[in-house]
Amino acid sequence: MESIFGFFSDPYINQILTLTGVYLITALGLHLITGLTGLFSFGHAGFMSIGAYTAALLSLNLGTPFILNVFIGGLAAGLAGMLLAFPSMRLTGDYLGITTLGFAEIIRIVFINLDITGGARGLAGIPRDTSLAIVLVIATLSIICMYCIYDSRFGRALTAIREDELAAEAMGINVLFYKVKIFATGTFFAGIGGGLYAHLIQYLNPADFGVSRSFELLNYVVLGGLGSVPGTILGTTVLSLAPEFLRFVHEYRMLIYSALMVAMMIFRPHGLLGGINFRKLLFDLIQRIKSRVTLSKDARRGQ
Amino acid sequence: MEQFQVFLQLLPQQLVNGITLGATYALIALGYTMVYGIIQLINFAHGEIYMIGAFTGLLLVVYFKINFFVAIIGAILLCVPLAMLIERVAYRPLRGSTRLATLISALGVSLFLQTLMTLIMGPNAQGFPEIVKDTIYTVGSVRFSLVQIVILLVSSIFMVALTLIVKYTKVGKAMRATSESYETANLMGININRIISYTFAIGAALAGAGGVLVGMYFNSIHPMMGVIVGLKCFCAAVLGGIGSIPGAMLGGMFLGVAEVMGVALGFGTYRDAIAFALLILVLLIKPTGIMGRPIQRKV
Repeated sequence: MESIFGFFSDPYINQILTLTGVYLITALGLHLITGLTGLFSFGHAGFMSIGAYTAALLSLNLGTPFILNVFIGGLAAGLAGMLLAFPSMRLTGDYLGITTLGFAEIIRIVFINLDITGGARGLAGIPRDTSLAIVLVIATLSIICMYCIYDSRFGRALTAIREDELAAEAMGINVLFYKVKIFATGTFFAGIGGGLYAHLIQYLNPADFGVSRSFELLNYVVLGGLGSVPGTILGTTVLSLAPEFLRFVHEYRMLIYSALMVAMMIFRPHGLLGGINFRKLLFDLIQRIKSRVTLSKDARRGQ
Repeated sequence: MEQFQVFLQLLPQQLVNGITLGATYALIALGYTMVYGIIQLINFAHGEIYMIGAFTGLLLVVYFKINFFVAIIGAILLCVPLAMLIERVAYRPLRGSTRLATLISALGVSLFLQTLMTLIMGPNAQGFPEIVKDTIYTVGSVRFSLVQIVILLVSSIFMVALTLIVKYTKVGKAMRATSESYETANLMGININRIISYTFAIGAALAGAGGVLVGMYFNSIHPMMGVIVGLKCFCAAVLGGIGSIPGAMLGGMFLGVAEVMGVALGFGTYRDAIAFALLILVLLIKPTGIMGRPIQRKV
């Protein structure tokens, strides 16, 4: 027990795990947009930065409570997501992806040019309020939230849109409305992740929220298994910890990382856990145990 | 207001600068549009091909003291097999799987080439030597530098050649057929794999040449130069209507001019945002770009 506490209170490990949790919350938002609904978003980091800057500026200038700031950051990102979604949801596939990418780049460049965000020098001195415990709680809540969305009428409508938009529309699903709603929800999670990130790293720079960060988040969602919550969790954990484990190869680590990306897609194009239905597995397991129990009961009765 | 008057006075000059920049954008955008037209893939590695073209040009000119025009050919000779190799290794095994999988694979290749070039060449920007003497010709109030003339000339030659290839050769015909419909082209006896390979090769040739030209124009090349230029050129291709070759040329020119005008009007710090803002605007008005065909939804 002692050693476990020691392990988690080690500042290096604590920092990495907390950061992984923050990325997980953000990636879950993207999972809703890309995994569940099948909409391409290549600009998730942009929404993350909106949340991050909003929360950080509130903390620095108004001194409002940390959790409230993070929540408002999430709302701000969600609002921005909604504003982008309204006009651009009639675009499909790659066009939508490239529009979100463009939007995120515009946000980044605006943050570089604004005075209040500290411009290209970045925003420093944000209080360190994010802790591993808080991140774990919020991540757990987010995961529960994912399953609630899955099981709801809303979630089923989204799956229908992903599978066949035209058919979904014919079944009376208001496609535009649902798309805007899920885009706002997904970007809300990005904003929450951003707010937590700001209060963890204590320093924000627009360069941290560029295209590469957006694609990194997309990697988390796709490599673990698109459309699956355990897949997103696995993908985020493995990929955000991978650079730490690959430290021994020094400068070659990004080379290995990128080669692995290609190899992964060639050998498992649906991601590590793609196409595996965990609930069905669990259900089958329970069924099997049940049947075994009844079998042994029958056997005993027979004797 | 005063700034606006200055702007009007300099308008012809800005147009020339913009078209020069736009010509290089167009060269790179062509590679995106052709590949997208055939396999519906945003080839993120294309920006890196352009970067590698620029570095090859630099090495050939600086260390081997080769003539500039020969250096362009040298860059093309390296970029073409590289692009064909990338297609063979990273894209072909994924044909038929989901769009996102191929996209991630393309991102992986792009990251790989960036890291590789950073390891080989170092992360810092390197200057291009002055290979074309900086002579300036004046026509009326407009000043042309020799570099600009070379860029305009070389890129026009490439674009005309490309148009001729696509319009009048057998390979070009096969390309158009393949981009029209994959299966039908296959049934007509077209070797799809070979045509896709050729498409990547042509795109890479244009990007390699573009890399050398841009390196010379801006006099600074580094391993990350392909990222933002690649994205902007993809925007240019989408602006013009993706899959359309004249569209990519138009989109590139349009973007180049818009960017130079934006800077002249005092939005210099927003320079990279101009491309994306334009893209979003155009897509909202005409969702498939200026010269794109409307997408048909079939049940």
